[in-house]
Amino acid sequence: MRRVLGYAAAALLAGWILVPIWFVVVGAFSSVARIYDYPRPPVPDWSLETMTFFVTSAGVPQALLSSVLVAVITGVLTMLLAAPAGYAVARHVFRGADAYRLTILSTRAFPVVVLSIPLAVFFLQWGVYDSVWGVAFMHTALALPFVVLMVSTVFAGVPVDLEEAAQVFGCSRFTAFRRVVVPIAAPGIAGAATFAVLLSYNEVFAASILTLQEPTLPVFVLSGLTQAPLPFRYAGALFLLAPAFLFILLIRKQILGVGGRPTLR
Amino acid sequence: MVQHSGVLSRRDVLRLGSAAAAAGLLSACALDTTGAPGSQDSDGLVFYSTQLATTEEAESLRRQILAGFGTPVDYVTDSSSTKMFDRLRADAKAGTSSVQVVGALQGEIATLWAEGLLRDMTDVVEELATGAGGRRFTRQYLDLARMDGRYAFVPWIQASYLMAARTDALQYLPPGADVQRLTYDQLLGWTRTLQQATGSPELGLPAGPDGLLKRFLQGYAYPSFTGGVNSTFRSPDAAAMWQWLRAAWATANPQSVTYGNMAEPLLSGEVWVAWDHAVRLVDALQARPDDIVSFPAPVGPRGRGYLPVLGGLSVPRSVADPTASIELIRHLTDPARASTTLRTVAWFPPQDLAGLLGGLPPGIEAEAATLQAMITAPDALASSLAVGLGNQSGAYDKVFTDTFRQIVLGDGDIPSTLATQGAALQGVLDQAGARCWRPDPVGEGVCRVG
Amino acid sequence: MAEQTLSRSATTTGETPAAVPRLRRWVPYLLLAPSIVYLAVFFASPMLQAFGLAFTGTTGRFGLESIRAMLGDDRFWPSVLTTLLLLVVLLPVQFALALGMGLVVNARLRGSGFWLYVFLLPLGVSELGAGIAWYSIFVEQGWLNTVLQGLGIIDTPVIWLDYRDPVRVVATIVLAEAWRSTSLILIILVSGMRAIPRDYLEAAEVFHAGPWQKLRHVLLPLLRPTIRTALIVRTVLAFEVFATVVALGGTGTDVLATQANRAYTEFQDAHLASAYGLVILVVSLAAVAVILVSLPIRRERGE
Repeated sequence: MRRVLGYAAAALLAGWILVPIWFVVVGAFSSVARIYDYPRPPVPDWSLETMTFFVTSAGVPQALLSSVLVAVITGVLTMLLAAPAGYAVARHVFRGADAYRLTILSTRAFPVVVLSIPLAVFFLQWGVYDSVWGVAFMHTALALPFVVLMVSTVFAGVPVDLEEAAQVFGCSRFTAFRRVVVPIAAPGIAGAATFAVLLSYNEVFAASILTLQEPTLPVFVLSGLTQAPLPFRYAGALFLLAPAFLFILLIRKQILGVGGRPTLR
Repeated sequence: MVQHSGVLSRRDVLRLGSAAAAAGLLSACALDTTGAPGSQDSDGLVFYSTQLATTEEAESLRRQILAGFGTPVDYVTDSSSTKMFDRLRADAKAGTSSVQVVGALQGEIATLWAEGLLRDMTDVVEELATGAGGRRFTRQYLDLARMDGRYAFVPWIQASYLMAARTDALQYLPPGADVQRLTYDQLLGWTRTLQQATGSPELGLPAGPDGLLKRFLQGYAYPSFTGGVNSTFRSPDAAAMWQWLRAAWATANPQSVTYGNMAEPLLSGEVWVAWDHAVRLVDALQARPDDIVSFPAPVGPRGRGYLPVLGGLSVPRSVADPTASIELIRHLTDPARASTTLRTVAWFPPQDLAGLLGGLPPGIEAEAATLQAMITAPDALASSLAVGLGNQSGAYDKVFTDTFRQIVLGDGDIPSTLATQGAALQGVLDQAGARCWRPDPVGEGVCRVG
Repeated sequence: MAEQTLSRSATTTGETPAAVPRLRRWVPYLLLAPSIVYLAVFFASPMLQAFGLAFTGTTGRFGLESIRAMLGDDRFWPSVLTTLLLLVVLLPVQFALALGMGLVVNARLRGSGFWLYVFLLPLGVSELGAGIAWYSIFVEQGWLNTVLQGLGIIDTPVIWLDYRDPVRVVATIVLAEAWRSTSLILIILVSGMRAIPRDYLEAAEVFHAGPWQKLRHVLLPLLRPTIRTALIVRTVLAFEVFATVVALGGTGTDVLATQANRAYTEFQDAHLASAYGLVILVVSLAAVAVILVSLPIRRERGE
């Protein structure tokens, strides 16, 4: 009985997520003549007009490459900065820990759009305006405060006893960290990195302010989209979903942490 | 870094990498960027435009309009004028020139021109307008391109705003009304009858975040009812106009606050009668030429106010050698390209249309006829887009959208709202030091709100 | 990697007991330093410039002109109220959803990988994309009306996005946001759940605890730090939501973020935009402070 309830809940929640996506699919594959029909047809007529437009658009491969590079740089940079900070917040007792948390969050509590002019000028002066680096630097700054918190939560979840036990058995603190903490924390860390990568991939506003000729894919597709005709809006939205969904498919195991479930004591 | 700020040279990367390493950040990931898209090199031009900014318009321009031009052109576009201003200002500040040709609306160019960011285009306009293969620019548009006695840009594309309706709606027209010669009162009577007959509000106005309702107020409603804009802002005529608009809004679909492009609600049937920019209506007229008709904006007590829209091309002052930029402008304003522009993105050329018309797609043909009828109507009252506002143009628009929101959406008291907003409007004009522009009486000194 | 060498040197020198406390005291700060420097360069410095903008008017003089202009705007207080309303309604909805999804993922159902994948999909949807999808649902000739009319619940299409009924508009925004951004909370919750030793739950089963009791007395208390993190992250992000608000509310519904954005892009008034930015900063920090105070956590074990 509980099984059945579980499956019912799972199906219900999955439907909640999938149905709106299906609506976008229907919009993207409807012919221009049918897209304005009401009541809306539940199944599209599988017209490829608008999707073909995006797939064959001249700037798309370049923009996709930019997006991937930006996302990867953001992910790596964020983890290099956030992992030590998150560990410190989770494991060390020190004065100013709460102040630190609040301060880094406060940077994120300020709307990005307001920061755009000073940042654009900085980036021009440093020569990273309109480059993957400039966008990645910005995205790292956007992701960092949250990722620090997420990573610290992950480290906090690794029992201190284990780390100490390892040290009792002769490991140095670093070896204990590497042999014991890292494997247990890995799935959570991967989840945090995923967050950074996806934030970067989805981020449109900062990226559109900081690029012109080197847009990321969402900027390339979406910047002209709010004013584009309806069929293009659906097709553009769907076109952006595909790479993201593929990525999530590839890394969901990391989030799930296959074999990484800590069995204690 | 002269031509492209976007190009990352290897040395820049090393400099960056060392700076980052000094801060204790990255060391491993700053090494290899040879594959980065920023490192591609080209001698091409960068053509940056705030118009033709939707993904499909941009693609049409790249594929069809730029085709046949010798030098590779990187067409970049973003509809935000702020972003263009920032980009050119940042270029001027940093001593770079990342843009070789600018495409923008007359008002946007006026801002850039006032800040001294653009090259004087007089020589180019004069050269292009003369000779056997000369562009036959319409006088009216050449006048609009003149600033401080010089040509600030080469006229490139033009359009205006007009109305469209589903043919189903025509049967509900008030008795004796001709859809091609509507008055504002007849329009209101019509949408009222429609609302009663269909049971739902059928008028549509683009009052959404991307909508151009502010231009309806500035270039259509105000001039038609009051004969002016600023000089009549809080006049009794203006109060009558707001009364009319409030009554008309009661017959409008409340989703209007989300509309940016009226072709969509017209096609879906959410609205039956709409006003919008010609380019934003053309999809509806093209998709259902038999079901949707276009007609001129209505006429009010003081005439048929309308607002011509002009886009132009110019070259940033920071460009050291403008030869290639001028070549591109020559290519874009070529009559053959003007015809392609009309057919693919539905922007009209600011040139003699004689050679272009005939054999046009149905929706564009309909718009051309409507625009022609509106402009040549005996009661036509052309407004100019705000000029001389500089960086106050956003604040200027804000006065109109705020007034609309307070009076029409918020049911505010008309005279007192007009009094406070009139003071705000005067503040904007004072700050900009702007003289009046048509249809207000053009004179010396800062424009006074009346 | 800097932090690893740091920890190592700390431990190797730490063999002599006397040196341990002094060095150790510095270790956390050294670990934090990179992130602090980075955020100072990329965020704090432009933010300080923005503060400067907020306190200078368009005339360039120092003063409260922009602040006064903001407070005098008839949309200011409505936008504050809508922002808070959105937050208060959105957070519980999202936590209920995320907890439900988390339990499903952890319930050892068949295909748990598939369920997780589906629940994570909205992570790949940008705010603009979500706005497009949900506008097509709620618009008059949209999906919701299609379904309701098909079921015979309504006769003619209902106008859901009617600015005259703020509750209705806020409800649509809450649904769209709950759909779009619950996955983030889910990630945080699931990684928290993974860290809970299975023994605890098994022990609870030994004592015949029902599912509700397990949730209430074992899972939720152990998840407390995780929930707190998720709450903070989500709260701060909620103040930035604006693309879905713009898509569904148009110009008829405002939150602080749309006001800041409009001030900057539409009215080209960086001073006013910065003033709004300042308000968003203050309000979101106040909200975070409330969360920190109302959900204190004792450190699991101090070092």
